[in-house]
Amino acid sequence: MNKVVHLHPMDDFKARSKAVLDNAGQRKNFRGAMDFLQAKRRAQFPDQDEMQGLRELGASIRRYSLAHLPRLLEQLEANLTANGVQVHWAQNGPEANAIALKIAQRVDAKRIIKGKSMVSEEVGFNHFMEAAGIEAFESDMGEYIVQLAGEAPSHIIMPAIHKTKQEIAQLFAEEIPGVAYTEDVDALIQIGRRVLRRKFAEADIGLSGVNFTVAETGTLCLVENEGNGRMCTTVPKVHIAITGIEKVVEKLEHVPPLLSLLTRSATGQAVTTYVNMISGPRRPDEKDGPQEVHLILLDNGRTQAYADDELRATLQCIRCGACMNHCPVYARIGGHAYGTTYPGPIGSIISPHMLGLDTTFPLAFASTLCGACSEVCPVKIPITDILVRLRNEAQARPETEEATLRGSGAARTLAASTAWGMWAQVYSKSGLYKLASWFMSRGRALSPSEQGAWTRSRTPLVPASKRLRDLMKDHKS
Amino acid sequence: MSAREEILNRLRKTHVAEQQAMPDVAGWFGAHRRSEDRVQRCARLRAALEAVHTEIHDVTHDNWSSVLLQVAVGKGLRQILIGAGTPHGAQLQACQTKALQLIPYEQPIDTWQDLLFDGVDASLTLARGAVAETGSLILWPTPSEPRLMSLVPSIHFVLLDEDTIHEDFYAAMTAESWSEGMPTNALLICGPSKTADIQQTLAYGAHGPKELVVLLRHADGRQA
Ligand code: SF4
Repeated sequence: MNKVVHLHPMDDFKARSKAVLDNAGQRKNFRGAMDFLQAKRRAQFPDQDEMQGLRELGASIRRYSLAHLPRLLEQLEANLTANGVQVHWAQNGPEANAIALKIAQRVDAKRIIKGKSMVSEEVGFNHFMEAAGIEAFESDMGEYIVQLAGEAPSHIIMPAIHKTKQEIAQLFAEEIPGVAYTEDVDALIQIGRRVLRRKFAEADIGLSGVNFTVAETGTLCLVENEGNGRMCTTVPKVHIAITGIEKVVEKLEHVPPLLSLLTRSATGQAVTTYVNMISGPRRPDEKDGPQEVHLILLDNGRTQAYADDELRATLQCIRCGACMNHCPVYARIGGHAYGTTYPGPIGSIISPHMLGLDTTFPLAFASTLCGACSEVCPVKIPITDILVRLRNEAQARPETEEATLRGSGAARTLAASTAWGMWAQVYSKSGLYKLASWFMSRGRALSPSEQGAWTRSRTPLVPASKRLRDLMKDHKS
Repeated sequence: MSAREEILNRLRKTHVAEQQAMPDVAGWFGAHRRSEDRVQRCARLRAALEAVHTEIHDVTHDNWSSVLLQVAVGKGLRQILIGAGTPHGAQLQACQTKALQLIPYEQPIDTWQDLLFDGVDASLTLARGAVAETGSLILWPTPSEPRLMSLVPSIHFVLLDEDTIHEDFYAAMTAESWSEGMPTNALLICGPSKTADIQQTLAYGAHGPKELVVLLRHADGRQA
């Protein structure tokens, strides 16, 4: 672990956060969006007992699925294969991209139309395909806007949440030929619809993510409102789905509870416009649907989380985004500040497995540990406990047994570990504690007025003139 | 070793002690079922669908086709895509008017995709059933009523028999034993396509149909 790696992630993260905090307009957008999403979710769970019972059921389904993960993945593969779906396995992003490229080259594809897929963002799919000379075009309205602006999504459910309609109106007028400036949202959506309808019809391959995969039937479930997901998985001759290995459930009956938790937590809807269940390519007697369906199962660090009894819960996630919608930190700095594909609380706990703790540990520290995320998580992931665990991992002695993650110990500095070592000594030996506190209270005048980050926005910390034990003594006498 | 083996081996190395037992999904739904009758289920479905801009017409076996044609003419439609060789398609053809062209989906899409995208106003499909709790229509596209019928045309008519409305999604899939064999594509549809991706403002007609019209067919002699 060298020093450069130690310092950069935190500095970058702080700089990006500060840039957003200094932008009053953006802060207002985020606040408004978060209030909106929180209210929508609240309205979907009027009955607290029902909500807690359903969360318990959802969590147990996800825990059960993880407990049996290797078996379920094999069952999923066998049933998908029997249904005519081709299953591929990728250990990391480059492997996943290479698999997709091979398929694209075999069918001589020039254009890929994409449905919403955070996993494709995770592996850098678009850049990879463009470098290979293949167009990868986003079709979810939010993703389309973000791609048109040359940006990345700032929220996993609402990718363009950081943009106002004025900004989008400007963007459309500048980037889409023949489009005049309009702030009318219906008109803007119809412009997007017109552009993208052509793209669906022309595409050689449709790429999508997956919300759940069902092992017993070999089914891919996709949840959406716009219909672009259905377009991507139905119109082009080839459909490639890409997903993390953790998304599998065993039974079809495991889907309804998770689906209800997902849509109500994510966008405050009882159900989305479309729930699209795909169990195979076009059969000989059918007149539409893709001729080929592929599923790419991606690891990319998920097996590292799986190996640890505490961190495994990270993989229970159904990517609803509720934790970020309720996070006081996300609400202030937005998604881009995190610098990772997945922002917010879920991003802080999943990214270390994908990218290494050495570059992502600052995220675990960017939390007040208020617990809002754990409270709203529909599958009861103990997010705050995991954040604390990651903080400890970041301070662990590298290359020892306590370091179980890639990049453990990256936040450890000599000064901090010496200071905390001394603190531990003082607080575990009462004689030493007495002596130290005596010196502190007598020497309070020597307290520095500059105390680093603390005094940047707060008054300096100064020990009390009398220790508690002295006050007690005075009180008794 | 292949990526598959590497991943599975890494997973198999971990023994997970917690939650080995199958979650009790049936128990949960059993305890939370409302046990509604037909009329209550219809009412709940209607409320949920209307909340997402769906137009609903109460019809009978005798009058549904004339109601549909009337609605279609009222909307100024020129074509309706129908399934090839379906009984309801034939029934509609029997009372066809001159103003409206009925196009059967006869050929594989590869030969006429442009026409479907640019030259067909509306479509009619039969729902397999519905879910009262969420207002979702259940569609299992078939060779005669393929997947794109419920997706590409701007207006989608759905014929739904009231006796096929289930209380919730779980009830639907268990009553019909879905797990014993899924079709290549199964859908739940609730309303026309929509998006709130621009400043959380809801807009209908994103990429799929702009309007969803449900013809709720009641058994003979029953009132809506
Ligand atoms: S961690 Fe929980 S709240 Fe956050 S996205 Fe995942 S499931 Fe939703």
